[in-house]
Amino acid sequence: MNVIRSHLKDLDYSVVQQCMHCGLCLPTCPTYDATKLERNSPRGRIALMRAIADGRLEPTKAFADEMYFCLGCLACMTACPAGVNYAELFEHARAEAEQSGTLNSTKRNFIRAFTLRWLFMDLSRLKLAGRALRLYQQLGLQTLVRRSGILKLLPKRLRELEAMTPTVQDRFSSELISPVTPAVGAGKYRVAVLTGCAQDLIFSDVNRDTVEVLARNGCEVVTPPEQACCGSLHAHNGEWELAQQLARKNIERFPPEQFDAIITNAAGCGSHLKHYAHLLEGDPVYGKRAELWDTKVKDINEWLAQIGVQPPPTDGQPPQTVTYHEACHLCHGQKIIAQPRQVLGAVPNLKLVELPESTWCCGSAGIYNLVQPEMANELLERKLKYIKSTNAEVVATGNPGCLLQIINGAKRAGLKLRVVHPVTLLAEAYRNE
Amino acid sequence: MAPLRSEQISSVLKLANETKTPIVTRGSGTGLSGGSLPSPDCIVLCTIKMDKILELDRENLTMLVQPGVTTLQVADAASSAGLFYPPDPGSMKISTIGGNVAENSGGLRGLKYGVTRNYVMGMEVVLPGGEVLWTGNKCVKDVAGYSLKDLFIGSEGTLGVITKVLLRLIPKPQAKKTMVASFAQMDRAAEAVSAIIAAQIIPCTLEFLDRMTIHCVEAYAKIGLPLDCEALLLMETDGHPAAVAEEAAEMERICRDKGCLELRVAKDDAEAAKLASARRAAFSALARVSPTTILEDATVPRSELAKMIRFVEAVAKKYNLKIGTFGHMGDGNLHPTFLTDERDKEETHRVEEAFKEIFDEAIRLGGTITGEHGVGLAKKSFLPKFAGDAQMRVMRELRRALDPRAILNPGKMFD
Repeated sequence: MNVIRSHLKDLDYSVVQQCMHCGLCLPTCPTYDATKLERNSPRGRIALMRAIADGRLEPTKAFADEMYFCLGCLACMTACPAGVNYAELFEHARAEAEQSGTLNSTKRNFIRAFTLRWLFMDLSRLKLAGRALRLYQQLGLQTLVRRSGILKLLPKRLRELEAMTPTVQDRFSSELISPVTPAVGAGKYRVAVLTGCAQDLIFSDVNRDTVEVLARNGCEVVTPPEQACCGSLHAHNGEWELAQQLARKNIERFPPEQFDAIITNAAGCGSHLKHYAHLLEGDPVYGKRAELWDTKVKDINEWLAQIGVQPPPTDGQPPQTVTYHEACHLCHGQKIIAQPRQVLGAVPNLKLVELPESTWCCGSAGIYNLVQPEMANELLERKLKYIKSTNAEVVATGNPGCLLQIINGAKRAGLKLRVVHPVTLLAEAYRNE
Repeated sequence: MAPLRSEQISSVLKLANETKTPIVTRGSGTGLSGGSLPSPDCIVLCTIKMDKILELDRENLTMLVQPGVTTLQVADAASSAGLFYPPDPGSMKISTIGGNVAENSGGLRGLKYGVTRNYVMGMEVVLPGGEVLWTGNKCVKDVAGYSLKDLFIGSEGTLGVITKVLLRLIPKPQAKKTMVASFAQMDRAAEAVSAIIAAQIIPCTLEFLDRMTIHCVEAYAKIGLPLDCEALLLMETDGHPAAVAEEAAEMERICRDKGCLELRVAKDDAEAAKLASARRAAFSALARVSPTTILEDATVPRSELAKMIRFVEAVAKKYNLKIGTFGHMGDGNLHPTFLTDERDKEETHRVEEAFKEIFDEAIRLGGTITGEHGVGLAKKSFLPKFAGDAQMRVMRELRRALDPRAILNPGKMFD
């Protein structure tokens, strides 16, 4: 395999050159909107990347910090008339930042090694950690610790992080879903479901709902109990080679030749999963299969809209007012905009109220809310303000990061708000039969 | 530096003047002539954080704003008061009013409504010594002394720093109608435009796109533009509902008369807005084709437009260059855009030669080297030939009088 000299220098130069500095991305960039600094804008960041590709700038710590200040929300790609592939530039720029080592510190290196290289490379380890956390929460230890006031001894940042700890579900996906779920009625399609990492621990019910809804819509559903991470976490955080390893693992686990569709219900994963061909370009064994794989990966909303949703019964459905927050990697990353609304529209007695600024990032952005809490909170406040303005009692959104972020925000603000994946509302409507 | 108040700018300019430090003023940096590019060892004065709308006067139909307010914010604020701010440069979503005034920006509505200059009633300007000057007022008529505001409009940051702008608003047109017509030949589209003007119809928008541009815009905006044609006219008429209906019918008749292939009327405001914003993205969308896009805005009197378009096509062929042309057909403002690669030195040279010929022809036809983008760095070398000795001398003396130590945007427009 080729040794990568410099991610940005080795990148096809026309990708870097594609930006013609018109600035139409600026008003759509949440970080630029907050600071009004050119370097915090897509145009400014691309100029920095180009300077490195040209050899006019070294990948300094300031450069690396800038690349990690970017949310990676990809709103700029929707705005860009010139078709700049910012997603690709961004991943290579973060890889460049990692390669330069300017961000190295014992603590950061340890955290990265522990999470990216160990925990998320084998999901049985993640599940183990999840079980430990679940035990801690279910035995009442968390409540005890929180009440004891001992947390006050922690630095503010750690206290905030502790408060964000998600509640681990009673049962993981593999305990809720059988490896093969037959279609209800005549089976028309054979699909596989990716259960994800965070999704599996914290929102395994969304995975169960996904499988149920698929089965109700004529799909035989294959859900292997042992799965691998999709690698988006790695690709977005400068670990290009680990992302490649995980992509190969997934193609092995879900042979794309055997399925009509490979379903994901996490926008962030889907946005990455659809680009394995690019990730494995030139790979003699997996390159061609990755191309087929890319065509098979579908977001659950996208797939349901494509095959047509079986209408649930109209009787006995509770009235509900719902607003829809668009996960960045669904609307910007995958251009899936109408389909989730179609899924929500299929739920009887559901009134959809459009959310102002629905495509503006909520601040979750993968692990952004953990590493850039200030900016993430600013965006969360903004999102909550608009959610409140709709008077909806339910917020639907198609990504675990957004779900968690908005749940935490609502909890902190004392809002009575139900935050769910669109597919959950549809699953409930089927269950109301 | 991103100042928040006029006084801060005044202090910076005073200091810069004493130390002879160059000052380059910028807003969002969306200009197309390089006017806001920093010069060596300069202070970049960015007015983007001065972004307040200070007053909306409904009795006098004016709006007082700070320079960092975006054009879109001005348009939206006017619209929500039932009023209208017509100038709409392509970058209006992010371009600032300060920049618009400094460059005297145009837009899609120039034909009927004019350009930024026609909507500036007054302004506050900080001079190089730090002195703060106010020129203009809310009076429709005012002939007291020279109209200094008109000197600062389009001065590209070479005479002072604009810190407040008093804008003129007009009543919002009650109705509008937007149409798209496609043609098998560019000439046919040009003839239709001439016939519309000859019929004494002044639509608010009369834009055209050539085949290359149509395809790029459609790839970006996906709004179902007809792809199998050589030219597309985007037409909009606005005003009293009766007049709009009559003008739209007449324009449609003329287009059909000139053999248009297809004519589509936007069904509602949303579709009309989509069509206009797709057109505004034309320049950036052309960047899809090649790594480097070089855009110009040679402008000719309307009567010479068809001739100029043919000339541009011939030049592109002569120098073997890929080109996309679009622009404001109604006001003679063309945007021939060469699609090239700056790494190819030989091709870049051919582009330069082609532009020289295009500018010479524009001047020969009684036109100008830049209709709305400004001189900046891009047109600097062409200005002396276009303006002539007398104009150059007066401009130099004016600049020296206002900026004796040459600190404001040095090296731009002319030396």
